[in-house]
Amino acid sequence: MLSLLANSNLQWVLFSTMILGVAAGTIGCLAYWKKQSLMSDSLAHAALPGVVIAYMIIETKDLFLLIIGAAVSALIGAFFIQTIQSLTRITEDTAMGMILSVFFGLGIMLLTIVNRTAGGNQSGLNNFIFGQAAAMIRSDVFTMLLLACVVILIVVIGFKEWKIYLFDPDFAKGLGISIPFMNGLYTVLLVTTVVIGIQAVGVILIAALMIIPAVSAHYWTHSFKVMVLLSAIIGGVSGALGTYISALGSGWPTGPFIVVTAAVMFLISLCIGKERGLLIRYMQYKKQQRMYVQQRIPVQFKTREAEK
Amino acid sequence: MENSVLQVEGLSAAYRKNTVLDDVNFSIEAGTLTGIVGPNGAGKSTLIKSVLNLHPKLTGTVKFFGTDLKAVKKRIGYVPQRGSVDWDFPTNALDVVLMGLYGKIGWLKWPTNRDKQKAMEALEKVGMADYAKRQISQLSGGQQQRVFLARALVQDADLYFMDEPLAGVDAATERAIMTILKELKQAGKTVLVVHHDLQTVTDYFDHVLFLNRTVMAYGKTEEIFTKENIAKTYGGSILGLREENGHVIITRK
Repeated sequence: MLSLLANSNLQWVLFSTMILGVAAGTIGCLAYWKKQSLMSDSLAHAALPGVVIAYMIIETKDLFLLIIGAAVSALIGAFFIQTIQSLTRITEDTAMGMILSVFFGLGIMLLTIVNRTAGGNQSGLNNFIFGQAAAMIRSDVFTMLLLACVVILIVVIGFKEWKIYLFDPDFAKGLGISIPFMNGLYTVLLVTTVVIGIQAVGVILIAALMIIPAVSAHYWTHSFKVMVLLSAIIGGVSGALGTYISALGSGWPTGPFIVVTAAVMFLISLCIGKERGLLIRYMQYKKQQRMYVQQRIPVQFKTREAEK
Repeated sequence: MENSVLQVEGLSAAYRKNTVLDDVNFSIEAGTLTGIVGPNGAGKSTLIKSVLNLHPKLTGTVKFFGTDLKAVKKRIGYVPQRGSVDWDFPTNALDVVLMGLYGKIGWLKWPTNRDKQKAMEALEKVGMADYAKRQISQLSGGQQQRVFLARALVQDADLYFMDEPLAGVDAATERAIMTILKELKQAGKTVLVVHHDLQTVTDYFDHVLFLNRTVMAYGKTEEIFTKENIAKTYGGSILGLREENGHVIITRK
């Protein structure tokens, strides 16, 4: 088992999925407070046709070019969601549901066509659905690492601007922060995180790596800074641990293991999270009840006695 | 007008298909405390938002201190409606007040101890110093409103816009907020307040702006807060009006 860790390729893959998890956890917090958790899921599904079309054009599996295809396709999806919402009376969740399924359906259709063509099923494009971190080669790892670091850096640099933008955009505008610029930057960060993750985690599950760490982190803290940090850590641990477990078996997909790992951390947070966890709430309630009984009942008893 | 800090000309604005503001003209003098009153849906909040460019204008020009908003952004403070943000956001009262200083702190820099001290002073002024480290969702509505006011105070602006700061707060908070607004006025600042309670207009504001899609009347409270103007603005929706020693008394039936 430990011999797996000695494998230098796996070390790199583990490191890159960890950084991917950190980036996803960070951006996930932004999406969580922008009330757009489902947006990341729609964008991920919308990325699939872009990957396949990019492969059809370049006819080789260069991750960087496939990522660009994915990004273009995801951005078109985002644009459609925006347009449908503003031009019609259709609400955002309906628009996302439509774009998500239509783009994913289109992606699967194209994928089937590619796989039928000569040599197509050797393309490894199927890995983009559930993710296969082990299929990444050294240059893929570097591409992913670099982009993930840029994403993390952009959030760190403008941290307090992101905070006020998420909490009170009207007030942020009054301070001179351009809301269209922040909206644009947010979409770019979201799309980048989604597309660099699709090879390792897959288009279906990458959104979970953004949503679950953020929700879990919220159970532990009342500080935005700590929430982002925790979310990044939970994302990073899920990424690395999930990848490691999936590497134990041959051909096991990475995405599901990462997501299940993240879900376990969510369950832990839900139960024992320091600020909003169920157990903590129950204990606080019990403590309050005990204190009330100890302090108030004798007093009430005495007053009643005195009244008699 | 020479002394005008805010000049609005021919302003109109719409939500989707409905025009909510139509040819609004007024000019606010420095050092005044103005109440903006009108029925629900009269466009009171929209007026503030369009003036501050938070909502797109259809037509019209707005001048602040004789120039454009961009040039004088730092001299303008805004207190949004309490319901406009999610109070579950993980942050505490002190942190929210510090946000008022973000514009002055600038990108890439963190608030200093001096900034935190300023924020604490503002919290003290609104009587919330003891709640500085309290998570904002654990504050009552009135306390949240005070925190918003403190955030505007640290901006140290010359012209303040406040959207319903007295909505849904208890009597003690209302008194505390009004004391601060009057202090601002005495310090030479100009304050515009969207207000919903006609009973208190004469006590609180030296100027009043009646709004219903357009300016129905604007001027000194003692001159224009009359039965006629109220009836004109609110239509038939307020029935009992009588005048008593120069005060308009509203009795709802």
